[in-house]
Order: sequence, then structure tokens, then C-alpha cells
Amino acid sequence: MTHLIAVYRQQLKTAIAEQLQYRAALVIWLIEVALGPAVSISVWSTVARNEGGEVNGYNPSGFAAYFIATMLVNYATQTWVFWEFSRRVREGEFSPLLLRPVHPIHADIAQHLAYKMLMLPVIGLVTLLLWLAFHAGFTPSPASLATFLPALLLAFALRFTLEWTLALLAFWLTQVNVINQLYVVVVLFLSGQLLPLSFLPAPLQTVTAWLPFQWMVAFPAQLLSTGLSAQAVLTGFLAQLLWLLLGLGLLTLTWRRGLKRYTAVGG
Amino acid sequence: MRTYLRLLWTFFRVSILGELAYRASFWLQIVESLIDLGTALAFISVVFSYTRALNGWSADELLTLIGVYFLIGGTINMIILPGMNRLIEQVRQGTLDYVLTRPEDAQLLVSIQQIDMWKLLDVLLGIALLVGAMLWHGSLPGPLQLLAFALTLLAGAVIIYSFVLFLATLSFWYVRMENILVIFESMYEAGRWPVDIYPSWLRAVLTFVVPVAFAVTVPAEALTARLTWLVLAATLLLAALALLASRLFWRFAIRYYSGASS
Repeated sequence: MTHLIAVYRQQLKTAIAEQLQYRAALVIWLIEVALGPAVSISVWSTVARNEGGEVNGYNPSGFAAYFIATMLVNYATQTWVFWEFSRRVREGEFSPLLLRPVHPIHADIAQHLAYKMLMLPVIGLVTLLLWLAFHAGFTPSPASLATFLPALLLAFALRFTLEWTLALLAFWLTQVNVINQLYVVVVLFLSGQLLPLSFLPAPLQTVTAWLPFQWMVAFPAQLLSTGLSAQAVLTGFLAQLLWLLLGLGLLTLTWRRGLKRYTAVGG
Repeated sequence: MRTYLRLLWTFFRVSILGELAYRASFWLQIVESLIDLGTALAFISVVFSYTRALNGWSADELLTLIGVYFLIGGTINMIILPGMNRLIEQVRQGTLDYVLTRPEDAQLLVSIQQIDMWKLLDVLLGIALLVGAMLWHGSLPGPLQLLAFALTLLAGAVIIYSFVLFLATLSFWYVRMENILVIFESMYEAGRWPVDIYPSWLRAVLTFVVPVAFAVTVPAEALTARLTWLVLAATLLLAALALLASRLFWRFAIRYYSGASS
């Protein structure tokens, strides 16, 4: 365990030093990350105003709170591993990673954590600006707030596991870009980032109930913005745990099979 | 003028020849464009299941707007951005010298030097959407509306071109300008919706800082008969001024440019 902690400390240090080289990217990221919620809030607030101030239980400041919360949760749980794996496999970058005495997933987790730590001031600023600009009204109960952090951690673990498994597809396929793009769109809709899930048509809501995506974003976001009933919280945690276990199993299996397929080219 | 068109055609042909070597990218572009379109349509259909009109824009009118969004976005990504990205690269590497020594106008050459022809698909999708929206609406726009649409579309493209040229020209002084163009690209996404749904500060940004409003909302307004003569005149005037200003700035920058190579 102490060994793993040392590994993480070193990885974090390198990743932060690496990221500091790209400060201009921070500004770009700030605009990109703020624009999505700003557009969603504007669209749905307009709908609410057109329909007499409220739609499906949300008024403009409720929408603002919900979309700011999804932005925060998405920032905390988002990964970009599946964009990188195809290059890793193609250019033999995996070979040195495999020679290390720790599982390569740890380096990726550390890199993501480092990036998120660096972006914390940026996301804080964006949150504050959006909050003031759209008069967001957060109404969670203290109990709901207390469960937010564990839910967020589980959401990160779940999303990281699933997206790392998705990334492993690069062992079998050379063109993964289209799959990745489809995945991103599906997550955008079904995780609750474009609209609260209760706004989806009924058949799609049934589909989302059986998929892991809402537990990655919508669930923690609702805990933060509106709060949820005790029963909904319990269901949420259970679903997160179940999907996480399933995901870990899938990851182990795919990783073993993928490694057998991997033959280094160059590198 | 004929020389310009001939040059454009030559560059386009060269790009086709270059791209035909990678036919798989054609299919990838189709899938990418369709995913983009599907997302936009799905989102709109959900929004309009909760309201009949978004700030007065009905579903078919919003479809018109999306059509303009794809049409202009495709044009930007096909001609304007690739050329400007290459210009920034050329300034950094000093290879702009070769362009400057050619016997044609340098601004013209850098503007059409790189064409990403697969983005033509977005342009075609945009036109298909416009036709679809018109059929759905059930009536053709009058000749005056069509004329206003053509004029504002051209003006919007000119304003965006001038704006991006201005940003790219800044690379004569600041080396890392390609990031600025990325910011422009992500701001363009906000043009999927009529700018009047945004709060006033964001509307101001989208009108005067990044002129997305002129490129997408105004032509869509022209086609859906909500454009006033005043806005039309102002848009055309602004386009002329923007073109002139970016031209003067380019000339000024060229005189400043001293080459980075050798």
C-alpha cells in the first residue's frame, strides 16, 4: 500500500509539471466548459418562461442549479482515456508502460486526478460566474448534501472503470473514433447533461433506468442541486456499487484478453 | 474575378486529389456529420415536446436555423479555418515567404490555400435541412425574403471570414494563435439556437465579440420573415466595414512581417 502511495505521489508530480506547460489550454477549457451549461440553461429557462414560469417542476433558477451541478459532476468524473488508447496501441507506447511493476491504470488515474486538481480554480471561477449570471437556486437538504461526496467518488470510480474498459477496445479495432463519438453523444443525453432525465420520452427513461450512465452524472448532480428522497439515495448508491462491481469484472476480463492480443509495433 | 475563381477551383481540385487517397475518411465524415445532426435534432425534438415555440421560434423555423448553422459551419470548416490554421503555421515556420513571392494577391492565396473538402457534406446537410424545413412549413418564402437570405448569408460569411482573418493575422505578433481559433470554434456551437434566448451579456458576446449572431441568427431571421430593414442594412454595412478593416490590417501586418526562416 505504501508502495502504491509513493507511485501515486510521483505520478501526480509529473502530471502536474506536464500540464503546467499548457496554460493556454486552461483558458480554452474554461470557455468550453462554461458554454455547454450556459446554452442548456438558456434554452430550458426560455422554455420555462414561455410555459408560464415552470416546466416539469423546474423554474429558470432550478434549471440553472441543475446544469451547474451536472457541469461540476461531469468535470469531476470525466475521463479522456478512450481517445488516447488507439495511439498507445498503434505506436507501441504500451510496451514501456507494461514493463513497469504497477498496473498501467494507476498512472492514468493519477494523471486524471492531477488534471482535475489543476482545473479546480478554473471550475470554481466558472461555477461562481454561472451562478451569479443565471441566479441559480440550490435547494438540497443537509442530509442530501452529506451524501453528495461519496456519490461523486463512486461516480468517478464507475465512470473511470467503464471508460477504461471502453478504451481497451483499441486492442481489437484500429478505428475507434466513431465509437468514441457515439459514446460521447449517448453519455451526453443519457447521463443527464443536456436535460434532466425526467424530460426524456418515457421509453427512453426505461432504457436509462437499465444503463449505468445516470449514476455517473445525474445522480450526484441531483443530490447537489435539488436533493433526493432517502429511498432514491439508497437506490442510487446500490446501483452505483453494482455497476462498479460489474465494471471491474468486465475490465479485468477485457484487460487479460487484450494483453494477449497486443503485439508491440515499434516503440 | 475570373482568376480568383480559377484559383479556387485549382486549390479545390488539388484537395480532392489529395483526399481521394484516403477514402475511409469519407465514411468517417459521413458518420461524424450524421451524429452531429442527430444530436441537434434529438435535442430540438425534446425541447419542442415541452413548448410550441421557443421565444416565438416554431419547430420548423428552428429547423431553418439549424440548416443555416450547418451551412455556415460547413463553409467555415471547409475553407476558412483550414486556410487560417495553415497561415498561422506558415508564419511560425517562416514558410509564408514562399506565398508572398507568388504573383497573386497574398491574402487571397492564404485564404483558399487549404480546403477540407469532406466538410462539403455539412454544407449539403444544411441545404437539405433548409429545404426540409421549407416543405414542413408548407410555403415557399417570397422572392424578397430569398434575396434578403442570400445577402445576409453572404454578409455573415464575410463577417466570420474577416473576424477569423483578423485573429490569424495577429499571429504575426503572437506566436500561439491557433488556440484562439479553437475558442472561436467552440463559441460557434452557441449559434445552434437563436441568440435572443440568451441573457443580454451572452448575446452581446455572440454578436460583437464572436459574431455568431450575424452568421446564423440573422440569415435564419431573413428566411423566416422576421428581419427588419434596419437590421438588414446594418448587417450589410458591418460586413463591408469588417472586410475593409481586415484587409487594411492584413496589409499593415504584411509590412511588419520580416520572415522567420533563413
